[in-house]
Amino acid sequence: MDNRQKEIDNLKDYKYGFTTDIENTRAPKGLNEDVIRFISNIKKEPQWMLDFRLKAYARFKQLKEPDWQKPKYPKIDYQDLYYYSAPKSMKDKPKNLDDLDPKLLETYKKLGIPLQEQKRLNGIAVDAVFDSVSVATTFREELTKQGIIFCPISEAIQNHPELVKKYLGSVIPVTDHFFATLNSAVFTDGSFAYIPEGVRCPMELSTYFRINASNTGQFERTLIVADKGSYVSYLEGCTAPMRDENQLHAANVELVALDDAEIKYSTVQNWYPGDKDGKGGIYNFVTKRGLCKGKNSKISWTQVETGSAITWKYPSCILKGDNSVGEFYSIAITNNHQKADTGTKMIHLGKNTKSKIISKGISAGFSDMTYRGLVDISSKATNSNNYTQCDSLLMGNKCGAHTVPYIKNKNSESNIAHEATTSKISEDQLHYCQQRGLSAEEAIGLIVNGFCKEVLQQLPMEFAVEAQKLVGISLEGSVG
Amino acid sequence: MKEQLQKDFDNTIRNLTLSQKDIEIKKFYLDNFINKGFPNRKEEDWKFSDINQIIKKNIGELSFYTDYTSTNKVDTSAYVDGLEHNKIVFINGRIEKIDFDYEKKNQIEIIDQSETINKFNNNSSLSDLNSAFTNKSFKIAVKEGYQLTKPLIIYHTTNSKIWSKNINLRLNFELYENSSLRLIDLFRDTSEKNFLNIFYNFDLKENSILKNYKVDKFENKNIKYSFNNIDQDRNSISETFILSSGSNFCKNEINCNLNGEYSSAFVNGIFSINNNKHHEIRTIINHLTENTKSYQLIKSVLEDSSRAVYQGKIFVNSKAQKTDGYQLSKAILLNKDSEFNAKPELEIYADDVKCSHGSASGSLNEDSIFYLMSRGLNYQQSRELLINGFLLDVVEKITDSEVKNLIKNMIGIKE
Repeated sequence: MDNRQKEIDNLKDYKYGFTTDIENTRAPKGLNEDVIRFISNIKKEPQWMLDFRLKAYARFKQLKEPDWQKPKYPKIDYQDLYYYSAPKSMKDKPKNLDDLDPKLLETYKKLGIPLQEQKRLNGIAVDAVFDSVSVATTFREELTKQGIIFCPISEAIQNHPELVKKYLGSVIPVTDHFFATLNSAVFTDGSFAYIPEGVRCPMELSTYFRINASNTGQFERTLIVADKGSYVSYLEGCTAPMRDENQLHAANVELVALDDAEIKYSTVQNWYPGDKDGKGGIYNFVTKRGLCKGKNSKISWTQVETGSAITWKYPSCILKGDNSVGEFYSIAITNNHQKADTGTKMIHLGKNTKSKIISKGISAGFSDMTYRGLVDISSKATNSNNYTQCDSLLMGNKCGAHTVPYIKNKNSESNIAHEATTSKISEDQLHYCQQRGLSAEEAIGLIVNGFCKEVLQQLPMEFAVEAQKLVGISLEGSVG
Repeated sequence: MKEQLQKDFDNTIRNLTLSQKDIEIKKFYLDNFINKGFPNRKEEDWKFSDINQIIKKNIGELSFYTDYTSTNKVDTSAYVDGLEHNKIVFINGRIEKIDFDYEKKNQIEIIDQSETINKFNNNSSLSDLNSAFTNKSFKIAVKEGYQLTKPLIIYHTTNSKIWSKNINLRLNFELYENSSLRLIDLFRDTSEKNFLNIFYNFDLKENSILKNYKVDKFENKNIKYSFNNIDQDRNSISETFILSSGSNFCKNEINCNLNGEYSSAFVNGIFSINNNKHHEIRTIINHLTENTKSYQLIKSVLEDSSRAVYQGKIFVNSKAQKTDGYQLSKAILLNKDSEFNAKPELEIYADDVKCSHGSASGSLNEDSIFYLMSRGLNYQQSRELLINGFLLDVVEKITDSEVKNLIKNMIGIKE
């Protein structure tokens, strides 16, 4: 009991990188070398990490913001942002659930999120912290027993520099594109996971159980390394709506799978999409890339994207090892004025590599949705295969659904198959459901869930149930 | 290149009788082209085929002026045998003959439109180049209710008199209500290292039917770009067939605007290329109103280190409910150095539509070969049989039986 109490006390002091002293610390506005040094300094980073950041910043200065994407957004003034601010103190946060937007509470109720979790999501000081902490610690103990490292990346930089040094930036180099480079220069925190050789991670790793995770800020950095023959399933985000005062989110996620390793990465993203007229809302410009480095390795991305004003991301797989496998399962739902430009890249470099892409897009209201993907089979990737299927569902004639696949086949012994369809929910189907007593909204929820089934099946069990409800909720008000 | 352009432009203008205003217009396009230059891979539409590099590598310095004052002798032996047809003959870019012998004279109007008014909904710099340098341009109008009895064959002939030249052609076609036209573009080149830049504009009125067959079959070392703009009114039908095979580089672009209800567009194409050839087809079908239909089928057979690109786009605006759009591309890569790139694109703003696209590329099916060989064919025969069957699918889409047979003979496909 005493031990537990100690732990809690430790936690209260923001053990992981933050202390009460820096609560009011904020880097000066703008982006320059000094700010980067400031961030690095506050995180007590070693010199090599600072060099990494500065190198990225030097590159960033030369880059131009891309503008080829479909959803346009007002220009972001990168000098007008705070790149570091310590987490909000409990004082600024809502005291209890009554302070929250009733709309939000309603959604929680529909999703069936327990009261304690609702509070936690909104950063309300929960009396019963005790419970969740104890769960977290037992999990930690079990992981440590297996030799799995799972901690904030800032902690990993301190405690496991050899691993971080070796793999950070190995998939998304500091010289990558605009937003990824920005992230490399200024990222504040994120997750780090290392699964040692031959270990099958006994549970789904999730930021949920990583204490202090909600304060990773707008430039999150995740690095997951699966050593030879290991397996890990990682969950990111949650189905509950997330609000954040930062509009721009430019996270980087790097996955490395060595020989015979498998990483399964699932995301459910439900950030604030802006109001009915499309004002506000989060820009989610994330770079996610996985490297199947060893032979027989496998990386699988599953995503359910329902939030954000603009989602712009392409979780990708570089299939470098022979016989490696890449998978991408995606559901993207846009409603009101939301915009999404998402898809994947499958880059086949090794022999006998296989990839599969299943993408389901649903647009309603005034929204716009684009699937953009690349399948590139290089001349050395003999006997490789790709199968792509992207289906779009439209509701109403004010929204758009677009498909822009790039298909490159440079190997005569490899096959690529791609198909895409666009359609709407047929009147017959609706009629049938309604005739059996479902309301129009329920009927649509049911049909859409059927449409998405292939992807929902890929999600871990408990996630899938919530995601299914979320799919229905996201489309509320789109009928009529 | 700028001085060369300027000099060649002055030479071109000198041989034309143009009003001051027309010269100004041409100058405007020239300046546009000088500013933009040839398209390169930085432009999305040219991502897979950097024509700037291709011209540099294959031709080097281009000259833009060709002396059109003297006539060229028309070689009648080059005419297509066994099919009665009307003719337009271009030799080295100069119109030598327009001949509608089989048609009623008052039903077809040929209008000299050498003053250039850029009607092209195309902001590529190649359309600027074309507008600045076209020598003569004609409009061919088919009168209301008239259906041409014989097909029209346009012979695009070049011979060894020209070298490193850029040749610009432009033709306008107008098909009035209930009229129909079958048009075959036949490329016959004995020249090397020239760049042909061809722009066609078709205006299809109600109930009219256009069938355009582009046949680039004969081996040559030229670089070609061809752009077809097709505007379609109610109930009109356009059918385009492309055989992309002979040239070193060839890019065919089809931009089709389905403006009237119940109009439909069909684009079918074959890539059959070898060596270092690099061919592209790019289509844009704009469904702009209700109840329109489009269908595209592109098949490729790629040998040696050849490269084929298909970029197809179906656009459906929010008014165009009940659209039916279909697109399929298939490729067989026969050599480890061959390459197939595709970008089948859907851009859809209406919900009551049926749109789909499919794309597949890969090697010949070994099982099928095994099956055929087990029945007594040798490897080579089995391979040919499979490839012919694969391509025949597209040829069979040709709705005109005369032309279908002509093209079958040309490719050597037997039924």
